[in-house]
Amino acid sequence: MTDEETWGPRPLPDVSPETERYWAAASEGTLLLSYCSACDLYIYHPRARCPDCFEETEWAESSGDGTVYSFSVAERMEGWPEEDLPLVVAYVELDEGPRVMTNIVGCDPDEIAIDDSVSAVFRQTEEDDVAVPVFQPS
Amino acid sequence: MSEPVYIAGAFEHPTREAPEKSTMQIHAEVAAGALDDAGVSKDAVDAYFTAGVPEMEHALTPLMATDYLGLDVDYADTTDYGGSSYVSHVGHAASAIRDGKCDVALITLAGRPRSRGQATGSGTRELRTVQDSFERIYGATNVTMYGMAARRHMHEHGTTSEQLAEIRAAASHHAQYNENAMYQDPVSVEEVVDSPVVADPLHLLDCCVISDGGGALLVVSEDVRAELSRDCVEVLGHGESPKHHDAGRIDITATGAVESGKQAFAEAGLGPEHVEYASIYDSFTITVLEAIEDLGFCAKGEGGKFVEGGTLRADGDLPFNTDGGGLCSNHPGNRGGMTKVIEAVRQLRGEANPEVQTDADVALAHGTGGSIATRHGAATLLLGTEGSA
Repeated sequence: MTDEETWGPRPLPDVSPETERYWAAASEGTLLLSYCSACDLYIYHPRARCPDCFEETEWAESSGDGTVYSFSVAERMEGWPEEDLPLVVAYVELDEGPRVMTNIVGCDPDEIAIDDSVSAVFRQTEEDDVAVPVFQPS
Repeated sequence: MSEPVYIAGAFEHPTREAPEKSTMQIHAEVAAGALDDAGVSKDAVDAYFTAGVPEMEHALTPLMATDYLGLDVDYADTTDYGGSSYVSHVGHAASAIRDGKCDVALITLAGRPRSRGQATGSGTRELRTVQDSFERIYGATNVTMYGMAARRHMHEHGTTSEQLAEIRAAASHHAQYNENAMYQDPVSVEEVVDSPVVADPLHLLDCCVISDGGGALLVVSEDVRAELSRDCVEVLGHGESPKHHDAGRIDITATGAVESGKQAFAEAGLGPEHVEYASIYDSFTITVLEAIEDLGFCAKGEGGKFVEGGTLRADGDLPFNTDGGGLCSNHPGNRGGMTKVIEAVRQLRGEANPEVQTDADVALAHGTGGSIATRHGAATLLLGTEGSA
């Protein structure tokens, strides 16, 4: 699912050779995870070697679905765009397992609760091949 | 039984705002203070410990600092777990002394976030680490991350904002007797809960102070201690455990104190029931609550009930942070592990402020550096009066 809103002027990720594909997939509306077939483990944040066994990982598509594990609503944040406050910083537990840090968007912060179902949406940055996954109530 | 090792000197810089000083100048002042306190000459120092200097990244810290301080050492360690580093350094120094690498280890901390106008808890910063591109870009700051930990703890265990506020209230009760504390007025639970929300569910008074300053410790061998007239404090046990995100499996309701506490108690041959005073890292109220549970002072999830009714006050069942802690007195350089050890030393020497002095013979000092919501260094020390082991 794509989102009409864009990411800027929020901080841009540093794209490395190891994570290039993750950000590029996001710009095409797909949330990627690293997957270790030896451990049957979905890994976040993505990395080339499994942090459990050091075998090479492969890329796996996440459903983008999960539930809110926890969240905090920032009323003020120095250095953050005013128009983006209050900001909901959250951990979402993906259906595949990993707890990923993100933002919850598209709803009133007062209406969010732990265990709510959410799904990924993607916000395009000024770079064509870099989009950032965030989550909204599903 | 391993060779006894002692803390012979401890010094907390009295400043909380030092626009007129450089950070390295404060390092030198606290080093001199700890040496004076111990009655040890500078020339005797043969090991040096510090963590990074905040405004000097990539500084080759042990070279820069020993050069500035004019230290000729045989051993140096700049382990950087954030605020808990200095708790770890005491343990590392004890190991190095027992290994025969050194006899007199100087540990220093200094920082000036207040004078530098640094947005510490609520400010974003430039991306530095590989994780920042998956965390900082979303506004993961200290206060939002600890806020998430607090909310999850509330969700799983029914912890309330009022229970977290008990922690600040106890610290503020102690701070009124500390003439150097940044905030010396006692606050009630209601005042904490009524203070502005910074990152829901944490209020302004759930957060520690931002202060300039520093501190230093001198850790010495048995042979050196035998030559000193000063009361020394014995290092009974040390443990440390960096805890991380674990590829996405992190549980933010528990900390590395589960492991660091276990290690420290095992080394000391003691349990939580023996601890008569505890310095517990208090970057936020939730930091204290999780550590109290993880160190075994109560069962997991029972921390909220445990802190109710003045448990943490100097006259309570678990006197904590009798200097006012990071919440009210001092969090020098955003790194509070140093002052945790210093106040534990004061308590064991009978040098705490008289109104909050306990008769403790066994004290615990615990640090939580970094963020409990992503990765942090937990470090625990057990300290005792001489002959208490």
